[in-house]
Amino acid sequence: MSHEPTIGELLKQRGVSRRAFLKFCAATASLMALPPSMAAQIAETLVKKRRPSVIYLSFQECTGCLESLSRSHQPRLETLLFDVISLDYDDTLQAAAGSAAERARDEAMRANYGKYILMIDGSVPSGAGGAYCTAAGKSALDSVREAAKGAAAIVCVGTCSSFGGIPYARPNPTGAMPISEIVHDRPIINVSGCPPIPAVITGTLVQFLTLGKIPQLDALHRPVAFYGTTIHDRCYRRPFYDRGKFARTFDDEGARRGWCLYELGCKGPTTYNACATVKWNDGTSFPIQSGHGCFGCAEPNFWDNGDFYSPLSTATGGWNVGATLGGAAGAGLVIGAVAAAESRRRRKKTTEDKTS
Amino acid sequence: MTLLEFARGPGMYWALIICVAGVVWRLSGILLLRWPTDHSEPRHTANWLGALVLIVKRSWPHREFLSRTAFGSTMSYVFHIGFLVVLLGFVPHILFIHGLTGLRWPGLPNGLIYATGAVTLAAMVVLLVRRITHPVLRLLSNFDDYFSWLVTAAPIVTGLLTAAHYGAPYQVLLGIHILTVEVFLIWLPFGKLMHMGLVFVSRATTGALFRRKGAAL
Repeated sequence: MSHEPTIGELLKQRGVSRRAFLKFCAATASLMALPPSMAAQIAETLVKKRRPSVIYLSFQECTGCLESLSRSHQPRLETLLFDVISLDYDDTLQAAAGSAAERARDEAMRANYGKYILMIDGSVPSGAGGAYCTAAGKSALDSVREAAKGAAAIVCVGTCSSFGGIPYARPNPTGAMPISEIVHDRPIINVSGCPPIPAVITGTLVQFLTLGKIPQLDALHRPVAFYGTTIHDRCYRRPFYDRGKFARTFDDEGARRGWCLYELGCKGPTTYNACATVKWNDGTSFPIQSGHGCFGCAEPNFWDNGDFYSPLSTATGGWNVGATLGGAAGAGLVIGAVAAAESRRRRKKTTEDKTS
Repeated sequence: MTLLEFARGPGMYWALIICVAGVVWRLSGILLLRWPTDHSEPRHTANWLGALVLIVKRSWPHREFLSRTAFGSTMSYVFHIGFLVVLLGFVPHILFIHGLTGLRWPGLPNGLIYATGAVTLAAMVVLLVRRITHPVLRLLSNFDDYFSWLVTAAPIVTGLLTAAHYGAPYQVLLGIHILTVEVFLIWLPFGKLMHMGLVFVSRATTGALFRRKGAAL
């Protein structure tokens, strides 16, 4: 029986210094908002572990999630791939194609049954018997069910696999479903976002590996370490919200001064994500910092939740306010007039009865 | 459909329709009643002046009863003014009204709104305790009084909880807050909350009548 090396042994073989590995662990601890002293503990845990097998499946998606993952800076994707996990199947990243790729996946699933991590991006179409998305003659629906059986946990990467995303938006022509509607007997971690922040994807994986169990999740099965607060709560423009200073257009004085974008439809108050703290491109910026309101892409049904550019406090539905409320007033007037006429008739009758 | 989606969409749509139709029904039902013919010679012709004077004068406690009514009147003023400041001064509320009517005005800092909301709620609680403990007020009170108090206090409580982001995810709190506003709007025409329009109608009518008859205002 061949000896499967631990992460520590693997790092030693590859000549990765302990210093570099500790740096990686410190960055991970920082991502999880753990004290720096925890870095040593993370390192100690990781070096003793064997690299877990990861199967990465993509369905109805735009590959933005994988694009995002490939731009991870802390921890870097190559660090993750070569040192921490064993990516046994990913039809976008792997060199193998066709039946060779399918075979690799089947072998990895068989060899690591009950232990591998299943990562999924994209929603799963259920319409037309699953015919909208097939690979190697197998529907996405069947692939998910088959792969989920032997998974230790499922990590849904992006809003499409977490909540359905854009394919799930009305009228949902393909009958798109999030993974949670298909798999009910496996732990699911949703790393939502369109796309998710790369550091949050890798951070979630490392958190899972380090803790050796499912991290603390919120009601929508997202890791609390990254989705514990709203973007609004951590937004650097929040003081302007509190002072009642708002940009009204994208090029007015308020926008130039960096005031709050609530009036321009920012969904930061209802969106839980780490955009305002972890940010993108190695902590360079995030949408609000670059002058655009949050779309709320990490939340369910974000595409159908009303106008992107209408404030959260406004009514949705796109109905004609004047005609609708004018009609309501007209109806009220008719009822009032009828009531008044009836009252007049009764009063007249009472007067006539008294005088007769 | 989530709670917030329902509250911002169909919930708000129907609440506004019921509110507008109900308010117009109540007002037109009264204003279209036939006024009894007054054959007496009018002492004054500008009856509208009497209407305006009485609206203003009846808004202050009568001097003779001041010692007994000062506390209740003060608390009522604190609550009513506070409610209006919160309703019309908070920017998200202004944006809601702007979305419906196209009207807008400058907002107030959130800190001031939160403080005013807390004071308003405190005044409402004091008024409720007074209503429950005062023997005469208690006898005069019925379901309408208590329910109207509840649907008025609920948006303030949920608004403060939403602002504090306390007890539930923000979108749930916001959804509940908007739903409580919708309950307020739906109940408005049918209960004592309608006094917010009828108080002026009744005072103006009495004032105009007094003016015509030459009574002291």
